[in-house]
Amino acid sequence: MRWITARRRHPAAGYAIVLLTLVAIGLGYAALTGAGSPASASAPAPGQQQIARGQEIFARNCASCHGLEAQGTAVAPSLIGVGAAAVDFQVSTGRMPAAEQGPENVRKPPVLDTSQTLEVAGYIASLAGGPAIPSPEQVSTAGADVAVGQELFIANCAQCHNFVGAGGALTYGKFAPALTQATPTQIYEAMLTGPEAMPVFNDTTMTPMNKRDIIAYVTATRTEANPGGFSLGRIGPVTEGLVAFLGLLLFMVVAALWITAKQGKPREHE
Amino acid sequence: MANRALDGVGGFLDDRFRGAKSFRTLFKKIFPDHWTFLLGEIALYCFIILLLTGTFLTFFFQPSMTDVIYHGSYTHLDGIRMSEAYASTLNISFDVRGGLLMRQIHHWAADLFMAAIFAHMLRIFFTGAYRKPREVNWLIGIVLLTLGMLEGLFGYSLPDDLLSGAGLRILEGVMQSIPIVGTYLAFFLFGGAFPGHLIIPRLYILHVLLIPGLILALITAHLFIMFHQKHTQMPGKGRTDKNVVGAPLYPYFMAKTGAFFFFTFAALALASTFAQINPVWLYGPYTPVAMSAGSQPDFYMGMLEGALRVMVPWEWNVAGHTFSFNVFLPALLPLGIIFTAAALWPFIEQWITGDKREHHVNDRPRNAPTRTALGMAVITFYGVLWLEGANDIIADHLNIALYTTTRIAQVSMFVAPVLAYIITKRICLGLQRKDLHLLEHGVETGIIRQMPSGEFIEITRPVSEEEQAKLAFPARPPGLPAPDSADENGIPAPGTRGAIGKVRARLNTILTESVELPGSNGHTNGHGADGSGQAQDEPEHAAVPAGGVPDGSQEIAPGAGQADSGSSGDDAPDQ
Ligand code: HEC
Ligand code: HEC
Ligand code: HEM
Repeated sequence: MRWITARRRHPAAGYAIVLLTLVAIGLGYAALTGAGSPASASAPAPGQQQIARGQEIFARNCASCHGLEAQGTAVAPSLIGVGAAAVDFQVSTGRMPAAEQGPENVRKPPVLDTSQTLEVAGYIASLAGGPAIPSPEQVSTAGADVAVGQELFIANCAQCHNFVGAGGALTYGKFAPALTQATPTQIYEAMLTGPEAMPVFNDTTMTPMNKRDIIAYVTATRTEANPGGFSLGRIGPVTEGLVAFLGLLLFMVVAALWITAKQGKPREHE
Repeated sequence: MANRALDGVGGFLDDRFRGAKSFRTLFKKIFPDHWTFLLGEIALYCFIILLLTGTFLTFFFQPSMTDVIYHGSYTHLDGIRMSEAYASTLNISFDVRGGLLMRQIHHWAADLFMAAIFAHMLRIFFTGAYRKPREVNWLIGIVLLTLGMLEGLFGYSLPDDLLSGAGLRILEGVMQSIPIVGTYLAFFLFGGAFPGHLIIPRLYILHVLLIPGLILALITAHLFIMFHQKHTQMPGKGRTDKNVVGAPLYPYFMAKTGAFFFFTFAALALASTFAQINPVWLYGPYTPVAMSAGSQPDFYMGMLEGALRVMVPWEWNVAGHTFSFNVFLPALLPLGIIFTAAALWPFIEQWITGDKREHHVNDRPRNAPTRTALGMAVITFYGVLWLEGANDIIADHLNIALYTTTRIAQVSMFVAPVLAYIITKRICLGLQRKDLHLLEHGVETGIIRQMPSGEFIEITRPVSEEEQAKLAFPARPPGLPAPDSADENGIPAPGTRGAIGKVRARLNTILTESVELPGSNGHTNGHGADGSGQAQDEPEHAAVPAGGVPDGSQEIAPGAGQADSGSSGDDAPDQ
């Protein structure tokens, strides 16, 4: 980690990342498409076999709630047209398959592995299209502007996720989670699909470039040092007030007790 | 030896300045040694530190709302449009040597300043130190607290970051909610529509000049009055309304208080080194279109924030005018009532008890059960609203639904203070009974002895003189004449007539409820517990070092309180 931090501003860093990304795409592409089927612009188009496997996994894990044809039931919405991005976001963050019924589905360790996820995503996408899983270049932060990202984040996301993405409460027991774990792909997918209470930021309201700026801001802020000392959670003045009382005032009271504990010979006056 | 030198210095100063009181006496002034007496000092030292660090900040801070494009060393905001005020705060934080440390000391000092004022004020209240002749200083204290809140709010608004702008927005909303004149007031303050270009320069002058000036003047008055009236003291052996027992200013108290200043400074320096406060660079520059989750004011404004959050939506539309009670009432009522009631309290209490005596020995909180209970009720009310001010943070981190926290606050702001009152009063009365037991039966030693008859008894030892002086109950105020009671000429005593007299008598019963010493009811049982400091009340006993004549002139002769308290005997001990 240190190693990366120290070198991420190196003039060659940008190129290195692009190169690495390209290699990763190539390998991923080869692994996923297998027999070299034609690819769409962003995500590899799944073959019939994969769709069939996806449908199988879906029937086992998801159909109980979403219906056998993903048409939706009383307990869960239809998935027709939500696209591969929604499935990838929901499944890779562990939200789906949903566990107990809370006010909101929370992030947990994913149940399906990556290839299974992509297969289900392919199956859902084959039903009625929808937003595709973003490619690694689409979520790459190379060349993205953190400052613009900060401005956009404050204007569009901070009211729910707090100024650095530390999370915040919403109404009716819902909350906007802390953005400390989401991968660049998941951040992109969250904006694209708007899970639960979160609005959709499609490519007209927020251009793909701006999405990358936001990803750059969110990921850079996580590792940003706190020049002033411990961060106190970066959730604003509430923790500062706690420290003022439980730290500073308490310390001073102990000091006062100590200083007055040693009494000289008492004297009287007037 | 030391004394000779001291006299020398004092004499030198006296020869040159001829103070109203000689410097020699000043050096020998006695300060009581109780830790709660240092709470106010924390505030004083914080203020000094605020003046120093604040002055440093003025060298670099630009109180201007002119737009600039930032190109400083904080690259995460490079190329962003912001106000000069915000840009200069970034510069202080990242480009001025020691600037961030100074900013942090300034802000931590502001927090500790307010926390210490709160604590100091509660100490004064719960020990009854505000009583005659110190009512004026109590009032000054309340003005200081209010000014401190304003000063903090304005300072918090200066950097023009997202949270400070949100605070100003609320300030504007609150001003606008004042019926009829509200919109004009807000318009004048902001010099036009929100946010305008004037508010930061205006707040700046208020923050660095006017309010610190007022605070300084009032602190000076506060200290002079305190100095002139002398400290109160907690009850103890040899402490009476006519003396002050403690350590002389020189050398004891000077050393202690000097050390205490450095403690304050060290605490602030440590906090500012290790704990980040108000990281404005993370909040970003203020824009009216943005808002962040967890936008909160500093803690001393948190109660007001909570009051706004707890309020139900309630608006009137009368002839095209909107009366937004949903903002107006919560913003002004709860704190307004608390502050007004606090300001009037010494006088209300005097009127209810009819106690016009001077008090220089404080009450232990348990010995004024009703006052203590009232204080706890107010603290609870304040505390509920305070927590509600942070309800989103609480909801998020304790996994409670947001509206549930508000519901809880809406109910508990009424219920909890009542419970706090009842519980505190019971605790106080219980503690008093325990004290009474100690005075009457001595301290249980834990040694059990078997009597020849086979009976087991526990050995007790009588309380020592020191303990007794501390435990002994204060002289109760002279009782009020019964309502509508007439003297032998058939003329009712003043203040006891009619409905008001009845109310007053009723309040008196409530306020003076207390466990009574058996001695004061006439059936002295020889334990001597009734002489609450009788032995110490002899004026000759006050071996005054430097020819000081007691100037806390007493209206009531020593012991008169006891004699009178029997007459109020409305609540005999119920045991
Ligand atoms: C226990 C029931 C349950 C199971 C099992 C389940 N889901 Fe869901 N799913 C839900 C509910 C309920 C929602 C709606 C959440 C909301 O938006 O409030 C949902 C929402 C979704 C969405 C988001 C729809 C949108 O409009 O963006 C996707 C995608 C999804 N599920 C995929 C899956 C997949 C894939 C599986 C299997 C791996 C699965 N779900 C299993 C209950 C379930
Ligand atoms: C109205 C409030 C709201 C706004 C505005 C909002 N979000 Fe969200 N966001 C949510 C909620 C609620 C969830 C949780 C959804 C769920 O659990 O299904 C969420 C989830 C996410 C996640 C997934 C987090 C994880 O760890 O699984 C990411 C990433 C995210 N949001 C990014 C953003 C970004 C970037 C923006 C601004 C462009 C934004 N959000 C704006 C409410 C919001
Ligand atoms: C009771 C006294 C005071 C209180 C409670 C107080 C409080 C505050 C607070 C909370 C801030 C925001 C700090 C931040 O950026 O985090 C602030 C800023 C500031 N204060 Fe004060 N202050 C006090 C006295 C003073 C005095 C006496 C001066 C100057 C003579 C001063 C000058 C400043 C300046 C220039 C700023 C803006 C710079 C900045 O925000 O970094 N303050 N004050």
